[in-house]
Amino acid sequence: MSTAPATGVPEHPSFLWRNPDPKPSYDVVIVGGGGHGLATAHYLAKNHGITNVAVLEKGWLAGGNMARNTTLIRSNYLWDESAAIYEHSLKLWETLEEDLDYPILFSQRGVLNLAHTLQDVRDSVRRVGANVLNGVDAEWVDTAGVAELCPIVNTSPDIRYPVLGATYQPRAGIAKHDYVAWGLARRADEAGIDLIQDCEVLGFTTDGDRVTGVRTSRGDIACGTLALCAAGRTSTLTDELGFRVPLQSHPLQALVSELLEPVHPTVVMSNAVHVYVSQAHKGELVMGAGVDSYNGYGQRGSFHIVERQMAAAVELFPVFARAHVLRTWGGVVDVTPDASPIVGRTPYENVYLNCGWGTGGFKATPGVGWCLAHTVATGEPHPYNAPFTLDRFVSGRLVDEHGAAAVAH
Amino acid sequence: MQLIECPWCGPREEVEFSYGGQAHVPYPADPAALGDEEWAHYVFFRDNTAGVWAERWMHATACRRWFNALRDTRTHAFLTTYRPGDPVPSPDPHPTPTPEGAANG
Ligand SMILES: Cc1cc2nc3c(=O)[nH]c(=O)nc-3n(C[C@H](O)[C@H](O)[C@H](O)COP(=O)(O)OP(=O)(O)OC[C@H]3O[C@@H](n4cnc5c(N)ncnc54)[C@H](O)[C@@H]3O)c2cc1C
Ligand SMILES: [Zn+2]
Repeated sequence: MSTAPATGVPEHPSFLWRNPDPKPSYDVVIVGGGGHGLATAHYLAKNHGITNVAVLEKGWLAGGNMARNTTLIRSNYLWDESAAIYEHSLKLWETLEEDLDYPILFSQRGVLNLAHTLQDVRDSVRRVGANVLNGVDAEWVDTAGVAELCPIVNTSPDIRYPVLGATYQPRAGIAKHDYVAWGLARRADEAGIDLIQDCEVLGFTTDGDRVTGVRTSRGDIACGTLALCAAGRTSTLTDELGFRVPLQSHPLQALVSELLEPVHPTVVMSNAVHVYVSQAHKGELVMGAGVDSYNGYGQRGSFHIVERQMAAAVELFPVFARAHVLRTWGGVVDVTPDASPIVGRTPYENVYLNCGWGTGGFKATPGVGWCLAHTVATGEPHPYNAPFTLDRFVSGRLVDEHGAAAVAH
Repeated sequence: MQLIECPWCGPREEVEFSYGGQAHVPYPADPAALGDEEWAHYVFFRDNTAGVWAERWMHATACRRWFNALRDTRTHAFLTTYRPGDPVPSPDPHPTPTPEGAANG
């Protein structure tokens, strides 16, 4: 393990990878050095032996949503297609630390998705049934069960939205997002992949239905295959390429409290009261909620969104009333009409798209990296990403997780 | 909190408004003539501009009327608002400067 002895603290990240200048040409160019771009690079090398690869990042490595998310990991989605790819990802999380030989503080402390109305209860029980059929660990717990798993939740019947029960996925949890990015980056770098920072892709050179290279702030770079992992900024690239994607980029905010003694043993999400909370290893309460309503690329959002999510948190966890907000921030998330991602082919023969993960793509990091690497290496989608085509918005084969209660984060 | 200028009520706080996405997306003139591809684009595909674009808002807690706005999605700053049916104004001659990095994603 590359930890300093006895401290559990990883080495400073700048020594974990080289900081190379771009070469004139690569077999594969990945745009975006967030979690997905780095995981794709890692699995291209590890699973397919493809290492003449560059990851181009406009800012610093993993400084986008990868640095800003609240790190919830779970796979209890309703539809078969979603359960398959998220469960594949969760299984990879379970061995990622050994794979990367790097600490990622993956903690399977379980997630409770609370139900507050009869309709919530019905939807939740249905989802548990679907999860079980898909081999995803899931159970329905009643109000007393919620109180037992997480004693600080207000389970009194006298509140505006009483807790009627919850779905529980014991294998769900959290991980340390920065360490995940650094661990992936270190492995990709070791394999010979160039991670190039401060390198913004501004345009493309094309030849018919092939992209021959990218124009960047650090010069032109030729590519054999191109993979787009630009999350919230994907449309700015597809606009340059001249095809449309059904994405809207929204601010998504989160916040942390000061460091507290351990009080919160699990992860709790409530779509009705609309907040979700976990407690990070260091001790801060980590909270988030929904997107700001308007389109925005500004990496910040409106204050009333933060106010509402804190009101919801105090409603559910009265003990939080005396906690203080230490920090709030925002990222830019790319939301699709059915709240499912787009991973696969584009109108260009050698360009693959990975986007639309919206508010919930951190948990998919290893899973999508695995599938996108397969797609890039073989030219065919992996069975797990095959349903998530761009074409589904024309064919009507949507994977509608929007109505499926478990969608956010 | 941002103030949004309702063309009827004047400047009010953002919490009074609900958002309607891209403006000026007309219902297809000849719906029966559209194929799957065109319907998909009408139903699911919208511009996702990083910069100034036209969008719809509704003054939900007051006059409940829809209107349009030009707003810079990089800074979130409103340039102007206008009533439905009014021509799209030309963008503000004094746009808010975009700090480099504000458009980072
Ligand atoms: C506040 C918040 C909370 C979240 N909470 C959760 C959660 O609890 N669980 C969960 O599963 N998901 C969560 N998410 C969603 C998750 O963060 C994203 O879905 C995921 O990080 C997207 O993949 P990525 O890591 O590759 O994205 P990013 O880290 O955003 O990577 C994209 C990269 O592309 C770069 N880029 C963009 N354009 C260009 C260009 N032209 N040239 C070069 N580089 C470019 C960007 O700078 C960026 O670094 C949350 C997101 C936010 C903002
Ligand atoms: Zn009004």
